Amino acid sequence: MNPEQRIERRDRIRNFSIIAHIDHGKSTLADRILEKTKALTQREMKEQMLDAMDLERERGITIKLNAVQLEYKANDGEEYIFHLIDTPGHVDFSYEVSRSLAACEGALLIVDAAQGIEAQTLANVYLAIDNDLEIIPIINKIDLPSAEPERVKQEVEEVVGLPMDDCILASAKDGVGIDEILESVVKDIPAPAGDPEAPLRAMIFDSVYDPYRGVIVYFRIVEGTVKPGEKIRMMATEKEFEVQDIGVFTPKPESKKELSVGDVGYMIASIKNVSDSRVGDTVTHAKNPAPEMLPGYRKLNPMVFCGLYPVDANGYTALREALERLELNDASLQYEAETSQALGFGFRCGFLGLLHMEIIQERIEREYGIDLITTAPSVIYEVVTTDDEVLEIDNPSHMPDTQKIERVSEPFVKAEVMTPNEFVGPVMELCQKKRGQYIDMKYLDENRVNIVYNIPLSEIVYDFFDTLKSNTRGYASFDYEIIGYKESNLVKMDILLNGEKIDALSVIVHRDFAYERGKIIVDKLRDLIPRQQFEVPVQASIGQKIIARSTIKAMRKNVLAKCYGGDVSRKRKLLEKQKEGKRRMKNVGNVEVPQEAFMSVLSMDENK
Amino acid sequence: MPRAIYLHVPFCEQICHYCDFNKFFLKNQPIDEYIDDVLTEMARTVEAVPPEGPIESIYVGGGTPTSLSSAQLKRLLLGLRNYFPISPEAEWTVEVNPGSADQEKLQMMSAAGVNRLSIGAQTFDSQLLQTINRDHQPGDVLEQILLARQSGITNISVDMMYALPGQTMEHWDDSLNELLQLPVTHVSAYALKIEAKTVFYQMWRKGQLSLPEEEFEALMYERMRSVLSEAGLNQYEISNFAVPGYESSHNRVYWQNKEYYGLGAGAHGYTAGVRTVNHGPLPKYMRAIAEGEFPYLETHRVTKEEQMEEFMFMGLRMRSGVSRSEFFERYNIDVDDAFPEIVPGLFERGLLNEEEGRLFLTEDGLLLGNEVFEKFLLG
Repeated sequence: MNPEQRIERRDRIRNFSIIAHIDHGKSTLADRILEKTKALTQREMKEQMLDAMDLERERGITIKLNAVQLEYKANDGEEYIFHLIDTPGHVDFSYEVSRSLAACEGALLIVDAAQGIEAQTLANVYLAIDNDLEIIPIINKIDLPSAEPERVKQEVEEVVGLPMDDCILASAKDGVGIDEILESVVKDIPAPAGDPEAPLRAMIFDSVYDPYRGVIVYFRIVEGTVKPGEKIRMMATEKEFEVQDIGVFTPKPESKKELSVGDVGYMIASIKNVSDSRVGDTVTHAKNPAPEMLPGYRKLNPMVFCGLYPVDANGYTALREALERLELNDASLQYEAETSQALGFGFRCGFLGLLHMEIIQERIEREYGIDLITTAPSVIYEVVTTDDEVLEIDNPSHMPDTQKIERVSEPFVKAEVMTPNEFVGPVMELCQKKRGQYIDMKYLDENRVNIVYNIPLSEIVYDFFDTLKSNTRGYASFDYEIIGYKESNLVKMDILLNGEKIDALSVIVHRDFAYERGKIIVDKLRDLIPRQQFEVPVQASIGQKIIARSTIKAMRKNVLAKCYGGDVSRKRKLLEKQKEGKRRMKNVGNVEVPQEAFMSVLSMDENK
Repeated sequence: MPRAIYLHVPFCEQICHYCDFNKFFLKNQPIDEYIDDVLTEMARTVEAVPPEGPIESIYVGGGTPTSLSSAQLKRLLLGLRNYFPISPEAEWTVEVNPGSADQEKLQMMSAAGVNRLSIGAQTFDSQLLQTINRDHQPGDVLEQILLARQSGITNISVDMMYALPGQTMEHWDDSLNELLQLPVTHVSAYALKIEAKTVFYQMWRKGQLSLPEEEFEALMYERMRSVLSEAGLNQYEISNFAVPGYESSHNRVYWQNKEYYGLGAGAHGYTAGVRTVNHGPLPKYMRAIAEGEFPYLETHRVTKEEQMEEFMFMGLRMRSGVSRSEFFERYNIDVDDAFPEIVPGLFERGLLNEEEGRLFLTEDGLLLGNEVFEKFLLG
């Protein structure tokens, strides 16, 4: 292609993504658009084409982004090239969302005609506005009997501040409004603006590891042109590779001789590790590099941590292999080997958030067939010692002694909860109980309220979401963003068995909740640890101070009385069973502790 | 080679709520055919594994052996005489439910050679007897003993149970007092244990059974030990007490890990180094006999390791414990080499003691016997 052709082509490109809450119909709309643009024959259509992984389909969420090139013949007679970039719909992946939005000039905002706007949608709309995207509001599911498009319009205008006069009323399910949407993409979303002849700058918005081809980079060209055989450089990681193949998804991969400004496609360049092609990084030419990176690159740091242990100790190697494989595809997954006195060999893993954690756990269990013990999730605490040293603590057992701590800070989030009016009380009560600081409360309409609190992330990861759902009968929606670290009155609480500290059970808690949590833990242990020959105290302590105590009574009688008419094998079996039971226990402080006792304390659910 | 016999009579007129032994309602059972078959089993057994010398102890248990008619029981007892050489000094026990053996039966038994009765009294509280579904009254025990003495059987053992549902310490004290009024030479006392396939098990699963706490059970055990020893009944095993000289030789066969014949449906035997378990259900037992076979459900040749283990965990049940030199004689290895570090560990925990080359349970060890026995399992 010559420069004029590239400009002409660039002007016919429209890049957009779809913003929607789970279940508001994003995938169905994407399918309709694919159909209308004849990207797929009917036979190729699978329900919800863009969601590839089983898990995604089951959970109804998109984990990995996808980008599809579509051809659309508009009413003005011109052929347009659309790139539809799919985004994950969850807060854990908000950075990835922001990068995929940065690859677009516009976004379709889908709001459910019955449900109205939800917390997650709001967060993503703001991201889109921050990225200067043209937003096309669509009210979907107008076919529903409970649809209230007028009310929803008003809500969007008030909450988001978008004029809704020209919003499109659609039913993706019935194919209503699809033509209008496509025409609006052509008319309202601007064409890309960059110079095809400038030094290459392309933004990576995702990368996927393929066992045969190495890493497949999903990228959007902002300036310049790229061809196979050229040497490229990742500007943040400074790694260089030779481009082997470039192309677009239609949605099947289709190789191209070159990709230029506005194109959204893939690149294969013998990259072995997804961490060499980080989301948000800028691809440029090795020879004629761009002087500056595209803005917004940020290395993602995990925020939520937990220990993963194989239930069967022999599963350690398999678990390590599973994590290695998952890491190939997920630069934000971190893990390091860890040994727990109680659980044996395992890994401490870092995740972007709770959903990310759950997905990884589920994939390990499902795809790799490994049963996992998962410890309660925790966060990174920042400890300033009396020597002015700053420590990052992701494991309570690494916490320094109380006397050596000057202060402790923990990550806080801004939590937005949208709830029907009737649950305002329970929601606020929950937020208070979780050490939340009230920030704001706004009525979206007569019935719906948006409540904003700053809450410690550690409380969010503990059981906030489950409690919120049950306190509001599932009606509240919730979103959070990390706002930074704040000092908190946090202490490390140890659990002592027979006077000996069990490192695996140490927790970091707010001083005000320490007694309550400590009491729950020691009582649970008392009930689950079998009697020993001697009375065993179970204590919770902060430093030297015991704050809660329970006692496992001494075993008083354990002897088989009967002779069973010379049935020795029966006695033997009973003794063998007793011995086998003890073999599976860990000896801590001279006390035999069954695995279940650890697990029940380490798992999140207090009611178990 | 065996010098002892256990013979099982699996019939009862009433089933106790706690019992999980092999037993059937007496009514409509092919009793006579069963007796024929047991006699056949005796013949085959003696032929396959002849005794080492005269039989020193016989225990006829059940079930309820005395639920058989006098003539039926006589056939079994004479069968034993017929097939086995029995020492004139042999201890020959028959298990009896209070009131189930009349004058005629007792005289027949005595004439056949029976010289000891084991009477299942269990408790002297009529309410508790009902709770556990026994079909006798407290007073029947004394009557049974007097009747036995008239027939010349004076060596009387009584079985007692404690930790029964709803049993208080007062109940237990009363029962022990009643027991001590009786002319008995031996007492076996067992804490109730809920076994699968019993009425109590079903009730317990449904939460309908209130059982005493472990602490209370231990207190009852200790009370019994002190009351009985004060009355001259010495504890010679975890659950067994006797007037000196009346310790049961049959029980000691088990505890000293010696061999014994096991005859009848569901019986366990230990002959020629092999532990055997007979079929429990009558049709299976009888079919095997009819087909000319041994009625074994299972046989297991006991390895040397298992013999050593069993020598320890059975032997330590006795207050006199086990002898280090006997262990060495039998297995050609020292206890401490066969079970490295185990004995000192148990000394330290205060569960085991040693005097004059014998290892035995301490007073604490008696209550926590399983903690000790478990340590002598090698695997």
